[in-house]
Amino acid sequence: MKTNSKAAFPYILWVLFFTVIPFVLVIYYAATSKDTGAITLDNLANASRYFPVLIRSVYLAVIATAICLVIAYPLAFTMSRSSKSVQRVILLLVMLPMWMNFLLRTYAWITILDNNGLINSFLTELGLPKIQLINNSGAVVLGMVYNYLPFMITPLYSIMTKIDKSVIEASQDLGCNGWQVITKTVLPLSFPGILTGITVTFVPAVSTFVISGLLGGSNCFLIGDLIQQQFLGNEYNLNYGAATSLMLMVVVFISMGIFNSFDNDEMEDSMI
Amino acid sequence: MKKFISKFYVALVFAFLYLPILVLIIFSFNESKGTIWTGFSFKWYAELVQNELIMTSLANTLFIAVIASICSAILGTAAAFGMHNMKKLPKSILKNATYLQNLNPEIVTGISLMLLFTFFKLTPGYVTLILAHITFCVPTVVLNVLPMLRQMNVNLYEAALDLGCNRRQAFFKAVMPEIMPGIVSGTLMALTYSIDDFVISYFTAGPDSQTLPVTIYSMTKKRISPEINALSTILFVVVLAILIIVNVISAKKEKEDARKASAFYGK
Repeated sequence: MKTNSKAAFPYILWVLFFTVIPFVLVIYYAATSKDTGAITLDNLANASRYFPVLIRSVYLAVIATAICLVIAYPLAFTMSRSSKSVQRVILLLVMLPMWMNFLLRTYAWITILDNNGLINSFLTELGLPKIQLINNSGAVVLGMVYNYLPFMITPLYSIMTKIDKSVIEASQDLGCNGWQVITKTVLPLSFPGILTGITVTFVPAVSTFVISGLLGGSNCFLIGDLIQQQFLGNEYNLNYGAATSLMLMVVVFISMGIFNSFDNDEMEDSMI
Repeated sequence: MKKFISKFYVALVFAFLYLPILVLIIFSFNESKGTIWTGFSFKWYAELVQNELIMTSLANTLFIAVIASICSAILGTAAAFGMHNMKKLPKSILKNATYLQNLNPEIVTGISLMLLFTFFKLTPGYVTLILAHITFCVPTVVLNVLPMLRQMNVNLYEAALDLGCNRRQAFFKAVMPEIMPGIVSGTLMALTYSIDDFVISYFTAGPDSQTLPVTIYSMTKKRISPEINALSTILFVVVLAILIIVNVISAKKEKEDARKASAFYGK
């Protein structure tokens, strides 16, 4: 059997070159000076000035993830209890938006929320005053919920289809009311799905720069925007950028550590 | 009443999910450029074909997606087979590296690859873009093939060897057909990830190797031209058609299997 494990050798090399070395390079750039190349803590000190930006990103991502969970949970449960053909159609409808470019879907929200957009022109027609719907953190949270809701629905749905109908019936027979069935039976059984859903929603939400750039304007500057500016934008400085990314990575790894402190095999099943 | 509420709720969520898409599709038929409806027209569909920037980016996107997903399929299947036969510790290290790559925020993967290419003085272009796309596509293939190998009969490979296959034949004739569904679904997922990817391409593409999402992003900075709406409407219809066909086929197959099973157990 040993020789067969050699088949993974090219992949090990790949991971080494394109995952491990780049990661080491992030640390290297973060810890060296742009001008002299000497080891320094200045970049990290500079990055820590943006700590409030990081806090804002985490705060908005947490709100968006919570809203996604609240919307997705009843939907996934309804889905998992419908007939096979209905399940198939609903799943298709959930996946379909993900096939459309997310930049365009987010951009479409500008058409809807803009000061001269669909909602505001409708309000003007009715003789009502315009509302500021865009370029604030509310719009960014809306964009996050909109883009990542399917990420939350799919793992919840796939774990809930595994909950046997008879388990729910049994808990009813044993005297649970509707609410107790949910809290005492469905919730514990779907817990791994909740954890997966939270992870796959929170991680892209906290690191986004597209949604905040399009819907938040200059009023909602997130950590992703900062990194983007330091690598490809006005504040070009790879060393500062690497330090800022390191800060984001720490947040993501900590949250992943909290959410995924359960068995890998279980995660594998719920992810597919 | 309870049924009505749950139906209403499902409808509400889908209205939210589809509202922007509907807006996008409607404005692809708008005569003028802005967000004010001036009349129905196929104008943007005709102009789409003539827009060189969009067409080149679309070709780039498809070219890179096909190459990256084929490479990932080969690399990923070999990797999964190797990992399956590994000892526990190296296996779990490699598996965790795969998960990490898969769950890492895209922006972090993007900037770390950008640093790699800058450090080794690789000019951003097709090569860097393909390398980057393979990097985020392989984990998908690996994670789709591994469970297939776990479900496979452990003796299959050795039985093939006993029956006179050499190693290569045993893999291609006995193992491969068993894990094929995993390879196919992993590769298709890799293909769609690659087509859809914006963030990682944004940090690794050069000025003349732009993919469609990167081009769209640079357009959002000014104003999106309605040709893009036309293109995404076409893509939407194509994807919808493919998904419906796939679903009808698999629904039929499921019914057939159920019928066969009941006929078998019934008698």
